[in-house]
Amino acid sequence: MDIELRGISKRFGPVQANQDINLEIRAGEVLGLLGENGAGKSTLMNILSGLYSADTGEILIDGSPAIFTGPGDSIANGIGMVHQHFMLVPVFSVVENVILGVEPTSGVDYLDLEAARAQVQEINTRYGMEVPTDALIEDLPVGIQQRVEILKVLFRSADVLILDEPTAVLTPQEVEEFFTIVRALRDAGKGIVFITHKLHEILEIADRVSVLRQGQIVGQGDPASFSEADLAEMMVGRPVSFSVGRAESTSGDTVLELAGVSLFDAAQDARLVDINLSVHGGEVVGIAGVQGNGQTELVEAITGLSAVTTGEIGFAGQDITRASVRQRHRMGVAHIPEDRHKSGMVGNFTVAENMVLNSYYDESVTSGVQIDWRRVHARAAAACLSYDVRTPSVFLGAGSLSGGNQQKMVVARELERDVRLIVASQPTRGVDVGSIEYIHRQLIACRDRGNAVLIISSELDEILDLSDRIYVMFEGRIAATFDNRGGGADRNAIGLAMAGVSQGTNPGAGRSGNRGSAA
Amino acid sequence: MSGEARSSGPAMSPDMKALLVPAIDSRSSWRELFILPLAAMFLAMLIGALIMMATSVAPETILQSFIAMAHGSVGSIHAISETLTAAIPLVLAGLGIGLAFRAGLFNIGAEGQMVVGGLAAAIASFLVTGLSIWLHLPLVLLVGLAIGAVYAAIAGLLKAATGAHEVISTIMLNLISIRLLDYMLRQPFIQKEGRSDPISKAVLETAELPRILEFLDGNLRLHAGLFIMLAAVAVIYWLLFRSKLGFAFRISGENPGAARYAGIRAGLTIVMAMAIAGALAGLAGAIQVSGVLGRATPGFTAGIGFDAIAVALLGRSHPVGILLAGLLFGALEAGGRQMQVDAGVSIDMIGIMQALIIIFVAAPLLVRRIFPPLFRERPRGGEENG
Repeated sequence: MDIELRGISKRFGPVQANQDINLEIRAGEVLGLLGENGAGKSTLMNILSGLYSADTGEILIDGSPAIFTGPGDSIANGIGMVHQHFMLVPVFSVVENVILGVEPTSGVDYLDLEAARAQVQEINTRYGMEVPTDALIEDLPVGIQQRVEILKVLFRSADVLILDEPTAVLTPQEVEEFFTIVRALRDAGKGIVFITHKLHEILEIADRVSVLRQGQIVGQGDPASFSEADLAEMMVGRPVSFSVGRAESTSGDTVLELAGVSLFDAAQDARLVDINLSVHGGEVVGIAGVQGNGQTELVEAITGLSAVTTGEIGFAGQDITRASVRQRHRMGVAHIPEDRHKSGMVGNFTVAENMVLNSYYDESVTSGVQIDWRRVHARAAAACLSYDVRTPSVFLGAGSLSGGNQQKMVVARELERDVRLIVASQPTRGVDVGSIEYIHRQLIACRDRGNAVLIISSELDEILDLSDRIYVMFEGRIAATFDNRGGGADRNAIGLAMAGVSQGTNPGAGRSGNRGSAA
Repeated sequence: MSGEARSSGPAMSPDMKALLVPAIDSRSSWRELFILPLAAMFLAMLIGALIMMATSVAPETILQSFIAMAHGSVGSIHAISETLTAAIPLVLAGLGIGLAFRAGLFNIGAEGQMVVGGLAAAIASFLVTGLSIWLHLPLVLLVGLAIGAVYAAIAGLLKAATGAHEVISTIMLNLISIRLLDYMLRQPFIQKEGRSDPISKAVLETAELPRILEFLDGNLRLHAGLFIMLAAVAVIYWLLFRSKLGFAFRISGENPGAARYAGIRAGLTIVMAMAIAGALAGLAGAIQVSGVLGRATPGFTAGIGFDAIAVALLGRSHPVGILLAGLLFGALEAGGRQMQVDAGVSIDMIGIMQALIIIFVAAPLLVRRIFPPLFRERPRGGEENG
């Protein structure tokens, strides 16, 4: 089935989300749709999936015009969308989730689960998805849950699959397996729209690529004819440099030191086991690892959000094992949290209020028990300017900023004061390329001022780009350490350590296994 | 736009000045705070009229009842006095509920906090003797405030220590307070001499809130609690939007994860917010006893603590909004009594209309649909994700 979008335009108030877009989706082909957050990708796909209707333009299915008045129409026409955020019932089994809404019944509304299971199993094996069809969703890893979403649209006989940022939630290994499935679908004649902002994925999987910027198609063609730099420039609208270009680090005194730190949760399960690590002034240390291997707990232990069970945490020569979040904050620990929506900001507060979210009690912005808002506002305005937070006013609700600007706001808040240690957890998650570049530069600049920087990221590229030393976490332990001064770390070995395969350590690091504290 | 230019140093650059210009669309907050409640009130009156028509009340009587309502609420100095008198406890208790809301807590217990606060104030008003009004009256009000705070803090402590939901615990504390009131009112040191029914001794003159319009007419009931109410509005506004504590409350209410991240102690915040909410409700109870009723009787709070929830909702948990909502409810209360007298329509109709107003305010989309021209938004951009 081929789909053609012709002259699609869509406007939301003053925002031209899509402008005169022409796009062809062909059977047996992966179309990569590349664009930054806010470029209009989701709008376009929501038009295709019937959620929005276009102001102008038409959709042709196999040459004949189709009119969608709701999501039901596009599904009926064989178009299925896999959303970035899954829509699954956690306590239902895979089969139950797949058939939800289109349950095969016989007799008087009798749910024919057997027929359904056979059907789901057939799709499952045909594309090599290896999904346990009777398992409950909540017991499955994210990568498998995503396949259930794909099963759902295939069960509804979709010929065209729209995959919205499908790799955002996957580990590097899962991405590889996912690509295998995508190729199997393509080879079976399905048309696939692969939405992403990751360039290397386009180069790897797409047969054709279309680049969206500010609602318009700014380039399309064979991905092989573009370099990563070309694509990035098309996407952002100006040349982008990928390597941060960090100079040799000048390692100084030990700023952060964890000695034998273990942490047990309320259920007495070990979340951190005998962690020894150190971060020095003037160096960036990266924590690599598949999500959920203790990184969150490590950050909470360092910033004071969770009390450690055993072990000691030293900061600039002082024991801070039992210091509170605020004490650590005052001593110069900055924390960029992993999920800005969950903890890093308050969407309903103004930019200015967010700028003092965790320092509103500090003497520099208070007089007695009052907050001196004039000082807060002035400081917030200055921070917005020096950290490139693009907002028309500091009185604007932070929730209406773009993801990149929200994250820059958090970064500005954490870096604008005097700090000694920056704990940056997933510092560029859900952020556009331009902002990623900017945030990386700021972190390196912080290092160059002699501060210690600890970066925790599930994006291995980010770790490799920024870090002078790398620790790999696996199941709550430090599985390996690597020296990355001059970019010498072995990507493959790190990948293996992330998967828990080896206890390998590259020779250059000069230390082994779990004892990574020596300078 | 600001992003391109950089400024350094503390001097105010033009870019910085631009950033300091308020961006909030004042029209939309105006809509939220005023137009929406007014439209809701109009709809509620309309449905009220329909109900009256359905019960074969003559059209001229319906008209007469609305005129009576206006007359009884703002039509004379006496009407205004009654409106304000009714608004005082509603606003005070509403402020407490609104503050708890802002901190993410649903305080259903204002009624119970008013009961214990009012009861304690009543006891202090006749057991303590020989003080001048300058000492006795503040003491009585402070006792009501403190007991209300302690009573609400119980629910806060239960939540902080064990995770017990405050809605459940405050409802239970309401039930306890009502029985406790009946029980206490039969105790010899509280019960009025020579009475077998539960009723307290009268508040001593030194503990009475003075009536402030007595110089005009001895029947005007408006008392000095009005000033306490206005001061409370200002104090709570300051607390929420100017103080460190209020900022912590608001972070906790908006995003508990962010509060934790910011090092705010959740348990302490919960207990503090509940205690302040209870203090305001307790004060409302004390003011009713000292300024209006002159004694404690079973059910003396008359559901004001529950109406105050509606007031807080209608006022969007904003102190000024709560003041206006409390005045509106006070007016409906006073006007309703006049309506009953003049038009013979039951005051139950007022309760129905109050509830309808809240339903319409709680369903703003519905009101927007009914009156699209009032809510035509200037299109706003930048929120679309691509």
